[in-house]
Amino acid sequence: MTCETPQDRRRLRHALVLVSLTVALACAVVAALALGSVRIPPGEVLTILTGGAEPSPFRTIVLDVRLPRVLLGAVVGAGLAVVGTVLQALVRNRLADPFLLGISSGASTGAVLVLVLGIGSGIGGGITTTVAMPAAAFAGSLVAMTLVYALARRGSTMTGGRLVLAGVTVSYILSALTTLVLVVSARPEHFQEALFWTLGGLGSARWGTLVVPAAVLVVGTAVLMALARPLDLLLVGEEGATVLGLDTARFRAAVFVLASLVTGVMVAASGAIGFVGLLVPHAARMVVGASHRPLLPVAALGGAVVLVVADLAARTVAAPQDIPVGVLTALLGGPFFLWLMRRRPEGAPV
Amino acid sequence: MSDREAAALRIEGLSYGVGDGRHLVDAVDLTAAPGETVGLVGPNGSGKTTLLRCVYGTLRPTHGRALLDGDDLHTMTAKARARRVATVPQDGQTDFELTVREVVAMGRSPHRRFWEADTAADTALADAALERLGIAPLAERAFPSLSGGERQRALVARALVQRPALFVLDEPTNHLDIRHQLEVLSLMGELGTTNLLALHDLNLAAYYCDRLYVLKAGTVVASGPPAEVLTPGLLAAVYEVEAEVTPHPRTGAPTVVYLPRST
Repeated sequence: MTCETPQDRRRLRHALVLVSLTVALACAVVAALALGSVRIPPGEVLTILTGGAEPSPFRTIVLDVRLPRVLLGAVVGAGLAVVGTVLQALVRNRLADPFLLGISSGASTGAVLVLVLGIGSGIGGGITTTVAMPAAAFAGSLVAMTLVYALARRGSTMTGGRLVLAGVTVSYILSALTTLVLVVSARPEHFQEALFWTLGGLGSARWGTLVVPAAVLVVGTAVLMALARPLDLLLVGEEGATVLGLDTARFRAAVFVLASLVTGVMVAASGAIGFVGLLVPHAARMVVGASHRPLLPVAALGGAVVLVVADLAARTVAAPQDIPVGVLTALLGGPFFLWLMRRRPEGAPV
Repeated sequence: MSDREAAALRIEGLSYGVGDGRHLVDAVDLTAAPGETVGLVGPNGSGKTTLLRCVYGTLRPTHGRALLDGDDLHTMTAKARARRVATVPQDGQTDFELTVREVVAMGRSPHRRFWEADTAADTALADAALERLGIAPLAERAFPSLSGGERQRALVARALVQRPALFVLDEPTNHLDIRHQLEVLSLMGELGTTNLLALHDLNLAAYYCDRLYVLKAGTVVASGPPAEVLTPGLLAAVYEVEAEVTPHPRTGAPTVVYLPRST
């Protein structure tokens, strides 16, 4: 590959970033499979993964206990980062993320309602956790998103300030609603489970709960990658996008629904894990720029790496305590975010 | 640089009304022949921007229509319109650090399906437009880091890349220094497209436009070649200023000199 034009250099850099992130993800996955209350040598992990191991306790720990959790972390991290990236484009504001816009709270409320009302529990076969809760979380995120969107909109314009205000407000209302439902239900085990929804954690990962999030991630990301061009158009203004041929109202509505679907499914599987959807898109843009075609895969891989590593830390730093990973992403993510904002000089070249 | 014949624009009885029965634009008739540069002048609030928005499609007229080669601009899709009509939007700003080249290349979007990547020909068009507007050295810079004038030139370059048959520009020169004002307006003339420009500067309008339409309170009060339209009487009636208009000794274009208010 020649590096004569700036575009070639960008392409090369993009390829290097993708390769580095893929290697980093592979290393993070192996480390997350090896470390924990039982330490397993990395070589042994690789043998088990490639199917060359006899049945053993190690094999059970790697394949049945740790692998679903690690993969769910990768899927949810990638999903939240992709959704964050897209929401930021949609509202033309880099502060947007599923958490800040109240969408995650909506998903939590939906999931907790299903939990408390026991919808689907009579049918058995895990219908509640595999179908009803993801569906309710999706519905909840869609309701929250619609509310925030309607509140933040004035005429055809939407300012970042109004959007964040609307998001925070809706988020508070929905959190209060979740608490109210729990108090009325007055069942201690519900509180325990609800804590998981509001803080976020990957501890409930099983092979069965992995299927829907993984499928939604793959399809959702593929569709959004195909929409890279109109997403770019939106970055440079509502009118600018219209005069370049984009039906902005219809496009926004469609992408909002898609983003709600992905968010709802991710939150249904892992609770409301914050900051990944805000931080990873930022960091990814600093590396490959704002154009969505190169940006989305980098954000997805970056999100996967971040959440796999964060979850590894969450279950090892205070072992045997399993810290909710959402607590960790917020504790580490907040200061990192502030550092990013201060570090970046105004108007620096990409 | 246009890949199609310049188009004929025909605006018929176009009005744009707001809620309380007021009309920002009121029954405007306007034509622009293929390749003609038509200027829209008038004081602030005379309806220039509203009229242009009705033409490039971000506003829907409440009465009347705008036809491009006979096709109603408001019954075609946004994308079909964007293949034929280009403009420089008023809100063309962003915090997101797209490069200048990426922003300029967006002009090809109406010609591509949304999932298609740009072709080599698209890239060549973007390069040519960057060159033409004198911003090739800025191609890899972050778009938000540009000055107002540089940004405006980048957005004009993006409009060029659209290869439209009709350019609709609202104050295309308002952020530009005088040299770049002249360059952008000369460029409009060289393109061979049909151009509809709203301009504040009457001398630039007189020099660069084939015909002018004068708007006041949403209606056309005069139209014709600049030398016929720009008269002291009209300037007094429309702008409420006293002015002398003389043919310029070198260009021959009518030249407006405003006189201080007599006390």
